[in-house]
Amino acid sequence: MKAIINIGLKKGVLDSAGKAAHHTLDTVGFKEIVKDVRIGKQIIMELNCDNEAEAREEATKMCEQLLANTVIEDYEIIIEA
Amino acid sequence: MKVTVLQFPGTNCEYDTKYAFEKLGADVEIIWHEETKLPENTDLVVAPGGFSYGDYLRSGALAKFAPIMDAVKEYAANGGKVLGICNGFQILAETGLLPGALKRNDNLHFISKHHHLKVINNDNVFLQELNVGEVVNIPVAHHDGNYFIDADGLKELEKNGQILLQYCNEKGENQVLNGSVEQIAGVCNKEKNVFGLMPHPERAMELLLGCDDGVKMLQGFLK
Repeated sequence: MKAIINIGLKKGVLDSAGKAAHHTLDTVGFKEIVKDVRIGKQIIMELNCDNEAEAREEATKMCEQLLANTVIEDYEIIIEA
Repeated sequence: MKVTVLQFPGTNCEYDTKYAFEKLGADVEIIWHEETKLPENTDLVVAPGGFSYGDYLRSGALAKFAPIMDAVKEYAANGGKVLGICNGFQILAETGLLPGALKRNDNLHFISKHHHLKVINNDNVFLQELNVGEVVNIPVAHHDGNYFIDADGLKELEKNGQILLQYCNEKGENQVLNGSVEQIAGVCNKEKNVFGLMPHPERAMELLLGCDDGVKMLQGFLK
């Protein structure tokens, strides 16, 4: 199975890179359309397991232990066959 | 006084740190991250600056699972003194030995310069030789030094006297450097045996090189 993990700064934690990109989008003509920009990272893993629940459980453990720093980051796990 | 300095792949301040503590009269040993035991009679463990594991994933995130870190955690849990400087601070925060986290600097720049710091609390072994409110001039060199802790965590730090140092100007007035909450430059754990700071006292040990305020900072450990 495939696990796609999206990690980003928590709401309320200033995302300086997102803010900088937002500012630049404003200056190149997207000021009216762009309301907010957040920049995160995506981790894509092939997992050696065949059921979704197990894949999600293992991916959650990986996020909690290593992949995300839950003091400042949230994560979202998407499991695909 | 026996100081053990940790060396991870990508660490680059271990020899400066060794020099600094040797200048103060300590016996210093650098140990590789694959070791599983700290040298006997270690009085202080220092996680020095650098870019452990290339800062991959997050600064300090991969180092927390290095073989030596189990021994460091056990040492700290038994009351042993641990100091993290710059990347070492990031490692100790990632490991959970210190509260909070270090984010990318708000201005997104790698900041490398001398900066003033104000002593907020000296009721600990690290800063006992300095006075509260005293200002020291110490180099900073980091990309991810923006200290974050949530509102509840900040209250805890204040209540327990865990905020050690704040960025300030030469008069001691608060000054924003990297976006840190309350301009925090250094903290300790609640038990006051684990310390972390982003600035580099080990790079301020010789007047010939511009400043020796680092001597005042590090000598607390030798008392």
